[in-house]
Amino acid sequence: MRSPRTNGKEYPHRDRGGVNAEVLVAADRRERAFLLGLSGGALLLVTVILVLPVGWLFYLSFVTEDQFSFDHYLRLTESRSYFLTFQTTFEISFAVTAICLLLGYPLSYLLSQLSARAAAIWLIFVIIPFWTSLLVRTYAWLVLLQRRGLINTWLVESGVIDEPLRLVHNFTGTVIGMTHIMLPFLILPLYASMRTIDRDLMRAAANLGASPVKAFWQVFFPLSLPGLFAGIVLVFVLCLGFYVTPALLGGGRIIMWSMQIERTVTLYADWGAASALGMVLLVVTLAMLALLSRLFNLERLFRSSS
Amino acid sequence: MTSPASETQITHLRRLWLYLLSGSVMAFLILPIFIVIPMSFSDTVYLEFPPREWSLRWYRKYFGSIEWRDATWISLQAAFFTVLLATPLGTVAAYGLHLSGSRVAGLIRTALATPLMVPVILIAIGIFFLFAIFGLNNTMLGLVLAHTTMALPFVVITVSSGLQTYDINQEKVARSLGATRIKAFLTVTLPQIRLSIYSGALFAFITSLDEVVIALFISGGPNATITRRMFISLRDQIDPTIAAISTILITLSVTLFLLSQLLGRRHRSS
Repeated sequence: MRSPRTNGKEYPHRDRGGVNAEVLVAADRRERAFLLGLSGGALLLVTVILVLPVGWLFYLSFVTEDQFSFDHYLRLTESRSYFLTFQTTFEISFAVTAICLLLGYPLSYLLSQLSARAAAIWLIFVIIPFWTSLLVRTYAWLVLLQRRGLINTWLVESGVIDEPLRLVHNFTGTVIGMTHIMLPFLILPLYASMRTIDRDLMRAAANLGASPVKAFWQVFFPLSLPGLFAGIVLVFVLCLGFYVTPALLGGGRIIMWSMQIERTVTLYADWGAASALGMVLLVVTLAMLALLSRLFNLERLFRSSS
Repeated sequence: MTSPASETQITHLRRLWLYLLSGSVMAFLILPIFIVIPMSFSDTVYLEFPPREWSLRWYRKYFGSIEWRDATWISLQAAFFTVLLATPLGTVAAYGLHLSGSRVAGLIRTALATPLMVPVILIAIGIFFLFAIFGLNNTMLGLVLAHTTMALPFVVITVSSGLQTYDINQEKVARSLGATRIKAFLTVTLPQIRLSIYSGALFAFITSLDEVVIALFISGGPNATITRRMFISLRDQIDPTIAAISTILITLSVTLFLLSQLLGRRHRSS
């Protein structure tokens, strides 16, 4: 909020000198301190509730029997069960991200080509799930995918299969449920980004003789890549740390990173190990989010989905 | 069908597969949610679609159960207090940060966004550890503090975006005419950004109501939230009562979504 006259200088009054310079500079400083101080309440809460505890956990991850050590981190690389957890987490995250990509890109493309009004109406199909409680959506899949659930009942009754498929409490069910949750996170930023691609470019390509398919792959697709990467990174990051859906749809057979952390605390009360797991997850998450912020402005994402 | 569909002259027929795939994805997204609604009126334990016998037994079970009613009341209370605490804190912070525009303000913004960046399981065990020291576990106060922290980024982002389209000079005019800073804010700025504040409050409400992971750790016993009960119940078996609860929650979500669209529309036209 600097007026053009200050030429970007922090304390214009000081430079101009004069009798009142000192008083004005002090007033300026007080004003800035006051404005920043307005965030004090919010900052205090976030610091006490989030930053301090996480900082404490960071400390705990380096402590074994009252001594500084890397034990917890070393165990992460040595233990077989941790390895399986990491493997499962990455497998599911990759699978979900890939499926979201294949299903979400065409839909985003189609919506971005419609008029803004028409797209807004069809987007409701994406936004309402986004607004629906996570538990409700996970429950819906539990009900649909179970042995005597809707999908199996229809498949058996119509004679397609003889025995109900095992669609839930395993990898498949978890992937289906998580895809359902994650799709809006890919579609919405991708749609917003595709909307900014200039239509004239495609017209120009057609004018220059490109077939529709060629025009798409050579003009539109490369321009949509930043938005696409942003969506992919966002979905992947969310999958890594996800707890609710894998816990319910995995039936105890799918142990993801966040579930491992929860178990380590509630079953084994091993805070050191849980903290180490948490810190690694945090670092990976923050690294990917830093990458994401390069690709796409998160605030724009938020505004376009509300 | 053979008419051109886009600038590159591709026909509708040639991209029929695109329409079918998109339609399928939209169906995939919306149908599972809405199918729960009629299924909740099934008379049988294994919910059917369409229900052979319609009945309200699962709704009766929900409203008749002390545990579910208590849990609902706790969740609503927590959400209400979260809104009460998060909205002023977030609005004031957004206002100060917007006017400040300095580099420190940018850092504070990032700090206030940390609840969105840190994996929620880590936040949950951290809070659990902290609250254990102060005896705040399984209390309403603890729950509200935790939920407010999670809701703050949403309020700050929403109000900040509302402030961007607001002409702050109006406040300066009021102050030059003699109003104190607070009076200028309350009488000039606040009414004009009220729609963004309502949106922020709405997001805070939903964040608290839908929050599962932290509630799992810190809301237990008599202060269990509805999300905690639902999660535990779903982990053990698939209780059909949850279909009734889900229908109510879906109705609530759709209502709140329509409300947010209304606020958005009025904001754009004002």
